[in-house]
Amino acid sequence: MTEAAITDRRGTDRGPDRRRHSREPFVEFTDVYKAYGPKQVLRGASLQVFRGEVVVILGGSGTGKSVTLRHMLGLEAPDAGRVIVEEEDVTDLPEEELYRVRKKFGMLFQSAALFDSMTVFENVAFPVREHTEMTEGEITRAVHEKLDLVNLPNTGHLMPVDLSGGMRKRVGLARAIILDPKVILYDEPTTGLDPITAQTINELIVDLQAKLNVTSVVVTHDIHSAFSVGDRIAFLNEGVFEWVGSINEARDASHPKLREFLKASAVVAAQPTK
Amino acid sequence: MTTVSEQAPADDADILDRIRSRIGDALNHVGELTDLALQTMQQLKRPIERDLLVAQLEQIGWRSLSIVIITSAFIGMVLALQTAYALEDFGGKLFIGTIVSLSLVRELAPVLMSLMVGGRVGAGMTAEIGTMKVTEQIDALRALATNPVRKLVVPRVLATTIMFPLLTVVSMALGILGGLVIAVINLHVTANFYMRSVITTVKYNDLSSGIGKTFFFGFTIALIGCYNGLRTSGGADGVGRSTTRTVVTGAITVLIMDFFLTKLFLLIL
Repeated sequence: MTEAAITDRRGTDRGPDRRRHSREPFVEFTDVYKAYGPKQVLRGASLQVFRGEVVVILGGSGTGKSVTLRHMLGLEAPDAGRVIVEEEDVTDLPEEELYRVRKKFGMLFQSAALFDSMTVFENVAFPVREHTEMTEGEITRAVHEKLDLVNLPNTGHLMPVDLSGGMRKRVGLARAIILDPKVILYDEPTTGLDPITAQTINELIVDLQAKLNVTSVVVTHDIHSAFSVGDRIAFLNEGVFEWVGSINEARDASHPKLREFLKASAVVAAQPTK
Repeated sequence: MTTVSEQAPADDADILDRIRSRIGDALNHVGELTDLALQTMQQLKRPIERDLLVAQLEQIGWRSLSIVIITSAFIGMVLALQTAYALEDFGGKLFIGTIVSLSLVRELAPVLMSLMVGGRVGAGMTAEIGTMKVTEQIDALRALATNPVRKLVVPRVLATTIMFPLLTVVSMALGILGGLVIAVINLHVTANFYMRSVITTVKYNDLSSGIGKTFFFGFTIALIGCYNGLRTSGGADGVGRSTTRTVVTGAITVLIMDFFLTKLFLLIL
């Protein structure tokens, strides 16, 4: 893989200040621990996600990347530590209270998690029907607008079973953004897709970031995707964020595990000599 | 080398640990099931989504009707034949209407209908919700700030609780009609005599006891079906295991509840 291959539509100058971000944290993880039975997944994970930025959580399989996303949404409660969203401590909120917090988020699940019994249109319209008083005409307009945004016009009548993997992810994304969330969480957005479809999804993430001006957290072990869409990388290893920095800093990082990770993906090796 | 006497206490402790763990698991399930029941009842206070309820009423009631009709008619016929055979020496033919109707109304129609339809309905609920669980659709509902209990459990529990008594009435009627067919064709009892003995035998408290039980059966079976669906894990294999668990647990629960509800209705009616 060459340096050019890992750059994205936003250009090759990937310095930490290439986009203006507020230094006000939107989501904060403080010393979060989580175990499932005997398996300790998070071991004191701490991370800040600032408004308007794209943070990529990078790490190997089973290191707790998806678990971190689930904690941000309140789908899981930590055993210890705090999760703060927009200065509100949501760690101990009951499920009913968490629904209010979750409306700030849109999530693209790894499997897209479309509702099998509903058409594409009904899937995308679902959050609107649940949480707004829009008329059917307004709902139809909103759904078509979002389906156009993810490059899936005229697919509203299809059932999820009729869609390819990439199309399912895009419908999942349209459903995630229909209520204009402040944060979009992507769980392995390119996993299981062919390189061309994966690149389409990466471009879509970048486009949405520009058009919707949201905060994004992308969980992946796909280095190409990480360098295509991210502003900062948070490297999760053995349940701890061992390294956090900008994309350019990541290329020069001395952290041995991160270097090993990037080298295995040919990012460091492919770097031009300074 | 370990001697038998040294090994025995260790084995005993192991067995005790396993028994303790099983009891702990069982109590945990009962606690979670009770919690789900409370959440369901709490959600019932909110407006019910009519479309979802109607879809479940159709799924549980209308689509179970053929099973209920066929099995109930044949149960009534078999019951008439067996009664006539057992009471032949005592002039049993005269009591066919009485015995068939009372057995069906008080016990057989409510319990057998609940076992048959409960197996179908409960397994269907577990398979559907379990598949949603393992494909992250339940998480998606929660992520979209939607309560899965309100969306999935409430319509199913409500529809089953409404439909079980209605299906039981159908089952009673078809069972009695099945008995009538055998009484007239095989045993040469007149239809008029059979129906008159049915009407004079079956009292209000028999009907109340038989139908009343099925409200509880319906509620519990739907709750078990949804609960097992919501706690499914481990892909297709997990869905299969949960579905089996629902059928077995549902059937056992109906039979145990039947005993206590019969005692209760005998006391209060």
